[in-house]
Amino acid sequence: MANKSEIVQEEFDKSAQPAICAERITKTFGAGKDKVVALDDVCVAIRKNEFFTLLGPSGCGKTTLLRLIAGFDHPTEGVIMLHGKDISQLPPYQRSINTVFQSYALFPHMTVAQNISFGLEMLGKPKGHVKETVSEMLALVKMEELRNRRTDQISGGQQQRVALARALAPKPQVLLLDEPLAALDYKLRKEMQIELKRLQHETGITFIFVTHDQEEALTMSDRLAVMDAGRILQIGTPRQIYNHPLERFVADFIGSTNFLSAQVLSNEGRRARLKLSSGKEVSVELPDGAAPKGSVTAVVRPEYSLLIADSEGEGHLQGVLENIVYFGTDTHYHIRLPDETMFVSRRQNQREDTEAFRVGQSVSIAFKPNSVQVLRD
Amino acid sequence: MKNKAAVSNLVEEAQRKKTRNSWLLSAPALLVLAFAASGPLLIVLVYSFISSGEYGGVVWKFSTDAWFNVVFHRDIFDDKIALADAHIIILWRSIKLSFFTTATTLLIGFPTAYFIATRPRKTRNIWLFLITIPFWTNLLIRTFAILEVIRNEGLVNIGLQAFGIIDGPIQMLYTDFAIMVGMTYVYLPLMVLPLYASMERLDFNLVEAAYDLYASRRQVLRRVIIPLVKPGIIAGSILVFIPSLGAFVTPRVLGGGKKMMLGNLIELQFGAGRNWPLGAALSITLLVLVMIALLVYVRTTQRNSGSLQ
Repeated sequence: MANKSEIVQEEFDKSAQPAICAERITKTFGAGKDKVVALDDVCVAIRKNEFFTLLGPSGCGKTTLLRLIAGFDHPTEGVIMLHGKDISQLPPYQRSINTVFQSYALFPHMTVAQNISFGLEMLGKPKGHVKETVSEMLALVKMEELRNRRTDQISGGQQQRVALARALAPKPQVLLLDEPLAALDYKLRKEMQIELKRLQHETGITFIFVTHDQEEALTMSDRLAVMDAGRILQIGTPRQIYNHPLERFVADFIGSTNFLSAQVLSNEGRRARLKLSSGKEVSVELPDGAAPKGSVTAVVRPEYSLLIADSEGEGHLQGVLENIVYFGTDTHYHIRLPDETMFVSRRQNQREDTEAFRVGQSVSIAFKPNSVQVLRD
Repeated sequence: MKNKAAVSNLVEEAQRKKTRNSWLLSAPALLVLAFAASGPLLIVLVYSFISSGEYGGVVWKFSTDAWFNVVFHRDIFDDKIALADAHIIILWRSIKLSFFTTATTLLIGFPTAYFIATRPRKTRNIWLFLITIPFWTNLLIRTFAILEVIRNEGLVNIGLQAFGIIDGPIQMLYTDFAIMVGMTYVYLPLMVLPLYASMERLDFNLVEAAYDLYASRRQVLRRVIIPLVKPGIIAGSILVFIPSLGAFVTPRVLGGGKKMMLGNLIELQFGAGRNWPLGAALSITLLVLVMIALLVYVRTTQRNSGSLQ
């Protein structure tokens, strides 16, 4: 708990007034023995003009948090602020926040243009302004030609664009996107990822994006929050999250990782010396405020390790090469360590490469400098 | 070439077989319709064009008297012809009361159906079940129960007097109001069920989307919910309006024979009035009215749903 408030404190210092600030949000559904805790004391500050992602497996509470920000549900405990104003108890129509729904939720009894103008009309904007903004939005999402189509007469990707235009038209302070790309096929999804980044850049609106796809989260976000079981485990830039995971879940959920058990020999400041199961020693970086003692878990990404053939004594770990998997861009080596755990090492392929290793061979594994991270657990 | 012809022959035969099978499958329904609906209807139509017997029944002699009597009234003393204002009053009352009944059932049924459709899936069936409970009891008994409630010494008047809200009983029984209350009660499930059916299909994400786009509750109702459940509103209105127009038991018991509706008038001609052809002609009139009402409905809904394309 202490650690979490530290994270939030850090955010406050960096940005005087966040676009969205959720303070100690708890949300429970049901009562008695059917009671479900969807969010458990969640704190997060999202900066202005930021592309912020809530990442986590289904049921982690990310959609619940989004619904609380949108106003469809209200927090059981805690406060949500929009630009410093408490909006926790306001209905959705009194918040300058719009949502792109996972199912798009386009009005089936209206045309594309009518869908886009709906929010503006509800705000009581003058007719001329509505017309102008609708045309502007149609141009923004490149849908001018389909303006008079019914929403069931256009493709999934086009519906997605209309949903975006509809939510952007009232020029909200914050745009919420609830897994908007989940229903699209791979190629279209890639296109829309770039499109979304472009829209966010052009409109300058704060985007809060919910996804369970770690690749999507890494490629699109300015910062992301990793969630599990109703809690935010870590907030940071994609680079921080990938390279400096603080908890086992974060390290495991994002990318692939090797987990190693080790003993702490000494620690001074933000660095420590660890003794690995092989008996070799390695110098590691420590997460903020951690002063581990005894046995800890360290993590190494597969691409931050090197394989060395038949060289006893060299490298950090020894093992037997059990499997070689060729992926085109890179090759994965599965190595069985003496304690029967598996270690995966990844090497970027070159065109002229021939396979230097063979299955069954004894190999040793060397870590690139500064590539080992100790987890906080 | 030869093969192709053979194949197309096979396809044709398969299609013929399919058509024949579908006719066979629908034969029972068609037979029932032919004998139980068209047959009697034809008899009614024929009866409306022959003379009435002196003690009821019919005399097989062509006559348009019945149709003449639907609209006009010949004075028995001086043979002066005037509009049959009694019939027109009854017709007007029937249309008026059916319209108000439809409106009240819609006003009560809409929130009810919305309530049921927004319950958790598991409990929805229990609510629907409760809605159908009145159907278990005979209509006549239910109507008399209403009579007990609204008569001068009934529950409502005694209650209001006990609380000192009124001094003397309000005359509710044997008024148009009583008939409307009775019909509203009787036909309410017919409104709730189709409304529920279309509300259950309503994607509540759309409601959230409308709230999200700054629509107030009233605007969400007017701009999103009502347009989307319109088929249910129309179906419910038809299901209530049509039987209301021909209602017979409720106006008889609660209108006390003084406030007749079309159904009572028709019954009167076949019973005490001993004028079967007139009764038949009135029945056909009612049928035509219903069909016109339906046609208007169909036309307007087609226009509305077509306007988007």
